[in-house]
Amino acid sequence: MADFPLIYERSKPGRRGAQPPAVRDFDLAAALGEENLRAEAPRLPEVSELDLVRHYTQLAHRQFSIDANFYPLGSCTMKYNPKVNEEAAKLFSDLHPYQAPETAQGALQLMHELQQDLCAITGMDAFSLQPAAGAHGELAGVLMIRAYHEARGEGDQRRVVIVPDSAHGTNPATAAMAGYEVVEVPTGPSGEVDLDAYKAAMGPNVAAVMLTNPSTLGLFERNIVELARVAHEAGALLYYDGANLNAILGRVRPGDMGFDVVHLNLHKTFTTPHGGGGPGTGPVGVKAHLAEFLPVPVIEKRGEEYVAVDDRPRSVGRMRSHFGNFGNLVRAYTYIRALGAEGLRQVSGYAVLNANYLRVKVKELGFRVPFDRINMHEFVAQPPEGLRTLDVAKALLDHGMHPMTVYFPLTVKEAMMIEPTETESLETLDAYVEALGQVLERAAADPAYLKGAPYTTPVRRLDEVKAARQPVLRYEFEAAD
Amino acid sequence: MRTPDDLRYAESHEWARKDDDGTVVVGITDFAQDQLGDVVFVELPEVGRKVAKGDTVAVIESVKTASDIYAPVSGEVVAVNSALESRPETVNESPYEDGWLFGIAPSDPAEYDQLLDAKAYAATLDEE
Amino acid sequence: MHYHPHTPDDERRALAAIGVGSIDELFADLPAELRDPQLDLPAGMDEEALLDHLRALAAKNGARGPDFLGGGVRRHFIPSVTPHLALQSEFVTAYTPYQPEVSQGILQATFEYQTMMCELTGLDVSNASMYDGASATAEAALLAVRQTGRDRVVVSRGVHPETRAVIETYLRPLGVRIDVAELSPLTTAALGIGDDVAGVIVQQPNFLGYLEEMRRLTDEAHAAGALMIAVVDPLSLALLAPPGAYCADVAVGDGQTLGNPPAFGGPTFGFMVVRQDLLRQFPGRIVGQTTDVDGKRAFVLTLQAREQHIRRSKAKSNICTNHQLTALMATINVAALGPEGLRQVAAGSVERAHALASRLAEAGYEPLTSGRFFAEFVLPVARPAAEVRSALAARGVHAGVPVPAEYGLGDAVLLSATERVKDEDISALIAALDAVGARRAEVARG
Repeated sequence: MADFPLIYERSKPGRRGAQPPAVRDFDLAAALGEENLRAEAPRLPEVSELDLVRHYTQLAHRQFSIDANFYPLGSCTMKYNPKVNEEAAKLFSDLHPYQAPETAQGALQLMHELQQDLCAITGMDAFSLQPAAGAHGELAGVLMIRAYHEARGEGDQRRVVIVPDSAHGTNPATAAMAGYEVVEVPTGPSGEVDLDAYKAAMGPNVAAVMLTNPSTLGLFERNIVELARVAHEAGALLYYDGANLNAILGRVRPGDMGFDVVHLNLHKTFTTPHGGGGPGTGPVGVKAHLAEFLPVPVIEKRGEEYVAVDDRPRSVGRMRSHFGNFGNLVRAYTYIRALGAEGLRQVSGYAVLNANYLRVKVKELGFRVPFDRINMHEFVAQPPEGLRTLDVAKALLDHGMHPMTVYFPLTVKEAMMIEPTETESLETLDAYVEALGQVLERAAADPAYLKGAPYTTPVRRLDEVKAARQPVLRYEFEAAD
Repeated sequence: MRTPDDLRYAESHEWARKDDDGTVVVGITDFAQDQLGDVVFVELPEVGRKVAKGDTVAVIESVKTASDIYAPVSGEVVAVNSALESRPETVNESPYEDGWLFGIAPSDPAEYDQLLDAKAYAATLDEE
Repeated sequence: MHYHPHTPDDERRALAAIGVGSIDELFADLPAELRDPQLDLPAGMDEEALLDHLRALAAKNGARGPDFLGGGVRRHFIPSVTPHLALQSEFVTAYTPYQPEVSQGILQATFEYQTMMCELTGLDVSNASMYDGASATAEAALLAVRQTGRDRVVVSRGVHPETRAVIETYLRPLGVRIDVAELSPLTTAALGIGDDVAGVIVQQPNFLGYLEEMRRLTDEAHAAGALMIAVVDPLSLALLAPPGAYCADVAVGDGQTLGNPPAFGGPTFGFMVVRQDLLRQFPGRIVGQTTDVDGKRAFVLTLQAREQHIRRSKAKSNICTNHQLTALMATINVAALGPEGLRQVAAGSVERAHALASRLAEAGYEPLTSGRFFAEFVLPVARPAAEVRSALAARGVHAGVPVPAEYGLGDAVLLSATERVKDEDISALIAALDAVGARRAEVARG
């Protein structure tokens, strides 16, 4: 069967799609200068509108999605994306960021209220909605920590950021980007941060500790109050990676646990769509003693007017252009207002219920569960001895389900991390367990079968080595001719 | 798992061989290439670079990982295996011969003798 | 409102399987003294009330009218077919394509995007998109620092002020010095740089709308051993000489004008396209072509060993997500328009902007037209710019992005035009400018 065509391969010279407004007679060369004009036209596809529609509709059919498939990806919180959020976002999509602010009061009010809602949910005192992704929020947070220590004259002294060895890769990468040296502390046998190693690493040279709670293993750090106390006593700040907030909504707040800085992932906990890889949104929240360092602009309410304030002399600066991923702020705001406090509390309750239900069922099948106690919204498992996580994951694809997160966290060999989220029914979870059971049976009867999976997907296992050794990163016009 | 007797080793899975002209040639062991999987890219140092023992001198990438390669001795980089640019898989196929990475003119001859011999290195593998 | 499906029966069954008596028991690990806080939030709403609430907020935003707003964000023609295709739920609700066998839709569309960006910019390798033009430019500055080992960058004042602010946020923690190359008066003067500069950053067209001499500036940068980072409007590349033509090393910018609505500034996407030999220093996700076990062509995220999930503290950047959906919207829009349609949108904007400048001149205004401009230019005004913008808005005309004081042009606004501007819109703008007293008696010569 022939390869699925690229849009370039459907192209035919002279084909036209959409028609913009006609251009009047005008001497472009005179206006722009002949020397500034392109000599050669860019090679872009020429397709009719129907061909365009066929191409991108068929491409969509070569794609898993939450709307069609179960996606129990640990640490990703692939919950249902409500459609009412899309209707809400449409109401604001035509606003220009530079239109007179008195004509954007509804948008500014929404942002101000969202700032306050996020404070209420997390127990923090102030928020910036600007960062465009979780990692971006992390960078803002770590830069604020840096500014805080510099303002107190301890910037040069505190050059170290501590992260657990189970941390998501963005944590050490962010710390390095902010100019810090990263020190990793081990996870103990209970799956929690090794308290003794943590205390040994703590000192007056430490700027911050970056933690998530529950941890990336899906376990609640039971020593969190002590971890916070030890850090604060040494003059270090505590940073909360909000990736796992879904587990604790309405149950406990990072601010109350002692965190000084928090970033949230609106595309995880607050249902803004993943979009196949982005855009995410990563607002960052702080306690009062860090508020002056927040990225600008911050939305304030002055009397009856909402104002975007840039003039904050101690701010770490701008993280990106304009206000942030405003369209996603509308979606998250809509979700929070739909659920209210009670609804958010139910989110964590059912997320943790679903995860533990799956944990028990998956263990019954014969998977190893290294931390076999009450987990939070996700849990780590390993395949039975002799089976590789990669092969189990690929075999699941043939059952129409997206595999769990594989090979993360790095501290567990052959890790599988499973997070069902609260929006899945027990029937879906049972079907998942059923599928896993069939994979194990197949593996026992015919070991080679798993190594060849998947069989029914649009393409099968890819040669990723070739892709890296001989990178082809764009369509090769010359090869096609 | 091959561990040739006539080479020296570091715990971080580099091997070293002292050539007749005194150059210390360095590569990664059979164990290391097996752990890494298919090598897709090798980032080699510039000839002329001065390195201290323990410095990260090269990086070997597979599809899913990247491994830092440390200088087993101090000195100056005098040779790099540029054939690896077009054929990184040579590291997997021939880790001790054609898959060599770089050569160092050592500044302290004693450091070479401090490296593990084949038996001691093989013992560390048993512990893994 | 809620989205969990559990009935009381489901809850009972699940609790029994787990072996606990209630959901609360599942939270026993939480410190007792911190448990179950009261969240100060309004009560939840059903869908009808929710949309009423959102509509009421939306109603507090100004109505549409003749539009001349620019400053890097513009409302161009976007055919209906573009959002129809881009917002299919398989594209919207998919995850990052880490399992390529079931992600060929996203991966192939990204490969098509990467190809288009290479064609538009004339450079060799594009990544899969970044957050926005400003942060992409900051990442390009960091790339130049890594590549050259030098610790100074030179940025033209013609680069958007917000972009310059973001560059500073990113570079300050690493001790990299940023120097500003001045405009004289509307375009970048000679750089006068030494061999301690890692990169030179120039915007084309610049923030004020005028065309820079990119070839001369690139030659100057290269003579000093620095990289040239061109910050470009991707739509303008349908007409203007691309970065590859003047041998720039990196092309970055914001993709909004290629096919996303203004959305109050976000989400948008940033792009970065580089020369082949910068591939290893390149941040962000990249999609590559390969084959599967049956020999079928397939696409996959590749060269991941540069990224944070593998290299951690030694990654080229901490960047994790890209801005896939908005980049997809642009990809589909460019394919919908085709090269001729894209050219028309660009040319139409240039024509309308020049028509606007002419009619303003005829009406006794003095737009700064001594420099060549693309589809935006500076108009000196008689009152503070922010006041002019507000006064125009009160008359239903959206125009007048203020020119910041740092440009030394006095009270002035940016006026932008797209292909959608009608003659009567221009009449309305001029009438409104007259009515708000914007015309200067004495004008600055540009």
